[in-house]
Amino acid sequence: MEAFTTHTGRAVPLRRSNVDTDQIIPAHWLKKVTRDGFEDGLFEAWRKDSEFVLNRPERQGASVLVAGPDFGTGSSREHAVWALQNYGFQAVISARFADIFRGNSLKNGLLTVVLPQETVDALWELTEADPTAEITVDLEQRKVLAAGIDADFELDENARWRLLNGLDDISLTLQNEADIAAYEAARPSFKPRTITV
Amino acid sequence: MGRTLAEKVWDDHVVRRAEGEPDLLFIDLHLLHEVTSPQAFDGLRQNGRQVRRLDLTIATEDHNTPTLDIDKPIADPVSRAQLETLRKNCAEFGVRLHPLGDVEQGVVHVVGPQLGLTQPGTTVVCGDSHTSTHGAFGALAFGIGTSQVEHVLATQTLPLARPKTMAITVDGELPEDVTAKDLILAIIAKIGTGGGQGYILEYRGSAIEKLSMEARMTICNMSIEAGARAGMIAPDETTFAYLEGRAHAPEGEDWDAAVAYWKTLKSDEDAVFDAEVVIDAASLAPFVTWGTNPGQGAPLSSNVPDPTSYEDASERLAAEKALEYMGLTAGQPLRDIKVDTVFVGSCTNGRIEDLRNAADLLKGRQVADGVRMLVVPGSVRVALQALEEGLDKVFKEAGAEWRHAGCSMCLGMNPDQLAPGERSASTSNRNFEGRQGKGGRTHLVSPQVAAATAVLGHLASPADLSDATTTAGV
Repeated sequence: MEAFTTHTGRAVPLRRSNVDTDQIIPAHWLKKVTRDGFEDGLFEAWRKDSEFVLNRPERQGASVLVAGPDFGTGSSREHAVWALQNYGFQAVISARFADIFRGNSLKNGLLTVVLPQETVDALWELTEADPTAEITVDLEQRKVLAAGIDADFELDENARWRLLNGLDDISLTLQNEADIAAYEAARPSFKPRTITV
Repeated sequence: MGRTLAEKVWDDHVVRRAEGEPDLLFIDLHLLHEVTSPQAFDGLRQNGRQVRRLDLTIATEDHNTPTLDIDKPIADPVSRAQLETLRKNCAEFGVRLHPLGDVEQGVVHVVGPQLGLTQPGTTVVCGDSHTSTHGAFGALAFGIGTSQVEHVLATQTLPLARPKTMAITVDGELPEDVTAKDLILAIIAKIGTGGGQGYILEYRGSAIEKLSMEARMTICNMSIEAGARAGMIAPDETTFAYLEGRAHAPEGEDWDAAVAYWKTLKSDEDAVFDAEVVIDAASLAPFVTWGTNPGQGAPLSSNVPDPTSYEDASERLAAEKALEYMGLTAGQPLRDIKVDTVFVGSCTNGRIEDLRNAADLLKGRQVADGVRMLVVPGSVRVALQALEEGLDKVFKEAGAEWRHAGCSMCLGMNPDQLAPGERSASTSNRNFEGRQGKGGRTHLVSPQVAAATAVLGHLASPADLSDATTTAGV
């Protein structure tokens, strides 16, 4: 995973709540067996409308998505995170994220930032009025900064540490292999098995 | 202080607990399918890793599989390549696989329970959000992303922060024709699509205790639609009776030891939940969705809501957009909504009891002119049971299409899709924009409402069916 320390970029204000994973990346894209090449599938249905915010010329190259509450509801498809990253987003800001989407994002280095809806409203107003306005997402300071906005955000210390250092979860877990082996040795015999080994 | 069911199962799976770290949890059962696993197997290969516990891992094909002509090569080359990738990966790493054409093939969340692999007090994961289904057995079961699939393949564990717990207590008697599906749709409408975020839900109370395992699975399945990764129901005699004698259920002394353990798996009387919701079963009625998220639902007897009636600006905007997408007008009676397609199936309502419930209503009746009805059993085993009971004949005689097992029109990854503007009554779990096909419009319903709707051509409950029959007879 790429490390995330701080990022500054222009924004895409997405005034929609309950942006579900079927909107972020429709199911027919999930047939791909790679982690890249999903950028054209991002918000595919909505992008058919030339007025959709992502299609606006002033939003090209933007890298911070500011969305309504309950972003990423629905399926567990990590493809939703890959699609956002493949398109060029580095961070998503919302008042509420669906749990599985949030977990997937943090495992891939896409920083999902939870801010109160009032701050999201302020970011929408700022970036709609001035498409060149930049937003800084600073993971070291746990702050979102923009013109007239200085907002602290929460992220648990362990997740922050892994993101700042770009650490691979599996390698971290395997450092505790002895604990796993000890647990396995003590499991009851009635637990189900899929095959006899 | 006592512990909740979720806390007990969690505590029994902690491999490592350290200050400032998420708990490292052992995973008892890992279910795989073709869509969310290819990149995880690639990760193993890139890092020279193996599957740690092949005996706790099983794969099936479901999302892409066609429901017609399954003996022929799959027409869509991309779908075919994805299934072939799963077969290649399972062969290379040694994972047990039930491919298309196998008697144990089916929707992953139907297969696990019917094999007896889903057991009380186990941790179950799968790269699919509807893994919450398995919570019906008192298992802690939740969907994971592909990075976590790779993590479980490599380590049989997951580092996780423990969620909070929410009790959803449903007491009383469900009225006639009110099903588990109506109950869970009503719960989601009440707490919202984000209401369960950060929680494990525990469904409890006298109305839940009376439910069959199939009905309990329907409820736990849609926990994710309320934002909760997992939903659980304490195991009881109904659970034990369902499991006894299944292929992977414990036997002999193991069975006795298992049941003794399973009986301890209920929330203590003095356990404290972080949140509680109470629902009176008797107050419920057949429920349908009108919008584009599963929380946008209402009793079938009511009208399409007026967006201006919402105080919350974001809910108002969401309702406006939903009505526009769905082609509905505020105030329109839900019963007047005509449908083109009826879909019975999915991990929510594709089990034998669901097919029986739909068939009971279709017996001696006909699917309305101009309505296409698809019946897709959740697994090959469910299909075989239905054949034995003659349900396939009932469906076919009524004019419905009897298909092969799979996820099918729930998400339209195979050819079973809605055309743009087409409207369905669907027993599946998501009514998102374009979920069942680009531009398709979905109303989530129970199998009973699906059957009544198929016969009458508009959203309808079983009671409407008997009214219509009576009227016709006069």
